[in-house]
Amino acid sequence: MELKTLTFLVVGATFALYIAIAFLSRASTTAQFYVAGKGIHPVLNGMATAADWMSAASFISMAGLIAFLGYDASVYLMGWTGGYVLLALLLAPYLRKFGKFTVPEFIGDRFYSKAARLVAVICLITASVTYVIGQMKGVGVAFGRFLEVPFEIGVLVGMAIVFIYAVMGGMKGITYTQIAQYCVLIFAYTVPAIFIALNLTGNPIPQLGLGSSMADGSGVHLLDKLDQIVTDLGFAAYTAQKGTTLNIFLLTLSLMIGTAGLPHVIVRFFTVPKVSDARISAGWALVFIAILYTTAPAVGAMARLNLMNTIQHGDVGAADGNLVYEERPSWFKNWETTGLLKFEDKNGDGRIQYYNDKNEAFATKAASFGWKGNEMVKVDRDIMVLANPEIANLPNWVIALVAAGGLAAALSTAAGLLLAISSAVSHDLIKGMFAPDISEKKELLASRIAMAGAIVVAGYLGMNPPGFAAQVVALAFGLAASSIFPALMMGIFNKKMNREGAIVGMLTGLLSTLIYIFWFKGWFFVPGTEMAANTPANWFMGISPESFGAVGALLNFIAATIVSKVTTAPPEHIQHLVEEIRVPRGAAEAVDH
Amino acid sequence: MSEQFSRAAYWTANLKLMALCLSIWFVVSYLFGIILVDQLNAISIGGYELGFWFAQQGSMYVFVVLIFFYAARMNKLDKKFDVHED
Repeated sequence: MELKTLTFLVVGATFALYIAIAFLSRASTTAQFYVAGKGIHPVLNGMATAADWMSAASFISMAGLIAFLGYDASVYLMGWTGGYVLLALLLAPYLRKFGKFTVPEFIGDRFYSKAARLVAVICLITASVTYVIGQMKGVGVAFGRFLEVPFEIGVLVGMAIVFIYAVMGGMKGITYTQIAQYCVLIFAYTVPAIFIALNLTGNPIPQLGLGSSMADGSGVHLLDKLDQIVTDLGFAAYTAQKGTTLNIFLLTLSLMIGTAGLPHVIVRFFTVPKVSDARISAGWALVFIAILYTTAPAVGAMARLNLMNTIQHGDVGAADGNLVYEERPSWFKNWETTGLLKFEDKNGDGRIQYYNDKNEAFATKAASFGWKGNEMVKVDRDIMVLANPEIANLPNWVIALVAAGGLAAALSTAAGLLLAISSAVSHDLIKGMFAPDISEKKELLASRIAMAGAIVVAGYLGMNPPGFAAQVVALAFGLAASSIFPALMMGIFNKKMNREGAIVGMLTGLLSTLIYIFWFKGWFFVPGTEMAANTPANWFMGISPESFGAVGALLNFIAATIVSKVTTAPPEHIQHLVEEIRVPRGAAEAVDH
Repeated sequence: MSEQFSRAAYWTANLKLMALCLSIWFVVSYLFGIILVDQLNAISIGGYELGFWFAQQGSMYVFVVLIFFYAARMNKLDKKFDVHED
C-alpha cells in the first residue's frame, strides 16, 4: 500500500480510538472534570503522566538534540527525569493529602491569601500557554510532513480531536486517552530503535546496543567509533563535555525543579485514590518515561553514526571518500524536499562534504583536500527521529506509526496543559475569586467553556506563534522552578512560612528569573530590546538564561525565609493544616470535596 | 506513645529517609554524571565510559529504583507509626 494512504489509515485509526474513549469517559461532576474523581489506578496514572509529560519535543526533537550535542544533552535526560524523584518525595503525596483540585488552590489555602493564589495562577497560565503553543505547532508540522496536509488544517484537526475528549470528559476523558496515546507513542518510538540497534550492533536492546561493539566485525565500540568519525571531520568528540560544568549543573537543576513544579504534571497526582498511591504512581510514571528517555541516547548516537557514515563512506580526504550526490539514498531525497536537509555543492565536485568548517585547524586541512566549506548547509535535528525508519529500511507501516506517535505525544501533552489552564480559570479565578457561591453545575459548565476557550486560544497561537513560543525551556521551566516549586515546598516543609514570606518569595523568584531571561533575549522577547547579547561571555558567571531558574528558586527561598522571620507567624489553623497534610491518614475524606 | 509524639517521630523518620534518597539522587546525577564525569570516564563498562553512562543511562535507572524504594519504606513507616490509610 502507498505510504500516504497507510499513514492516513494508521493516524485515522488512532484518532477514532481517542474519540471512542471520549464517549466512554464523559465527566458529570466537577471532581471528575478536574481530577477524574480521584479514582485512577496508580499504574494507569503513571502511564497517563508519562504521555502528559512527553511532548512533541521529547518524541521528535530530543534524540536529534542528543545526536548533535552528545554528552551535553545529558542535561535534558537527567533534568527531565530527576524531577520525578523530587515530585515523589517532596510534593505529590502531600498535595494529594490536601485533596483539592488545583495547584494555585493549595497555595491560596496554605498561605491564606488570594494574592498568593493569583500569583500562582499567573505563573501557571504563562508557563502552560508557552508550552501548549509548541504542541499545537507540533500537530500542524506532523500533519504537514507525513500527510501533506496544510499546516493550518493540521492544527484545526488537532484542536477538534482535543475538543471532543477534553471538553466532554475533562480530566477523566484526558486520562484514558493519554493511556492509549502512551501505548501508541512508546511503540512508535521503540520499534525503529530496536531495528537500528540490531542493524548496527547485533543487540536488539538499544540501551545495551549503545554500549556494544559494532556488528561490522571490527570489534570497535560504537561510541568510540562515533567519537572517531566526528573528530576526524573536525567536530567535537561526541562523549566529551563542551559547556562549562557550572552551567551544566545549574541547567540540570533548573530542569529538575521546573519539572517538579509544573502544575499540569503535579495535578495528575491528584487523581489517584490514596496518598501511598501518589508516591508509587510517580515511580510508575518514571518507569514509563524512562523507557523512552533511555532509548533516546541510543537513537541519537546511532542516527548520527548512520548519517555521518552515509555521507563520509570512505577515508577522510580520499578522492572517493565522500558520497556522490547523484547516488544519495532515497530517504535523503525525501527529506530534501521537506527542506530539513539541504546540500550545496560548494567545490563543484558532485560529492558531499559534511564537516565542521568552523574548526579552523580542520578547515585548513580540509582546504588541502579541495574542500571549500561544509556542504550540508542544513541538517535539521528533528530528522534524526523522523527519518530513522527510512534510514534503517523499515517497512512503511513503521513510518506511518512514527507519524501517529508524534501526534499522540503532541495531543496528550496539549490536553494536560489545556486542563491546567481551564481549571485555573474556572476553579481558581471564577469559583475562587469572582463567584464563590457558584453551583457545581454552573462551575462544570464554566470549566467546559474555559476548556473550549483555551483550545481556541492555543490553536490560534499555534498558527501565529508569538516570539515567546520558542522559549519553552527558559520561560515555562524558569517560572515553575523559581516560583511554584519553592512555594509548594515551603508550604509543606516549613510550618512557620507565612503569607508575607510566600508572596515576597514567589515575586522575587519570578521577577529575578524573568528579568534575567529578558535581559539576554529581549523584553517580552521583542527582538532588538535585549540589554546584552545572549553569549556566554556576557552571562553572569557563565549562567545561561535557561539555567537561571535554579538561581531564582534560591533567591525565592532566601527572600521568603527572611520576610517570614520578621512578620507574624501563620494562624493556628494553618499550622494545623500543615501537620495534617504530613500524615497519610484521613485522605479518604478529602475525596468528597 | 501520645499521638503528638508519634506524629513528630514519624515526620523525623520520613525526613531521614528523604535525606538518604536525595543524597543518592545527587550523587548519581550531579556528582557522577556532571562533576566527576571526566574522572569516571577513565573507567569503561562495556563500550560505555562510566561518567557518560551515568549521565545518559545510569542516573535514570537509579531514579526509578529510588522512588520505588522510598514508596515501599514509607508504606512501612505509615504502618509502624499508625498513620496509614484505611
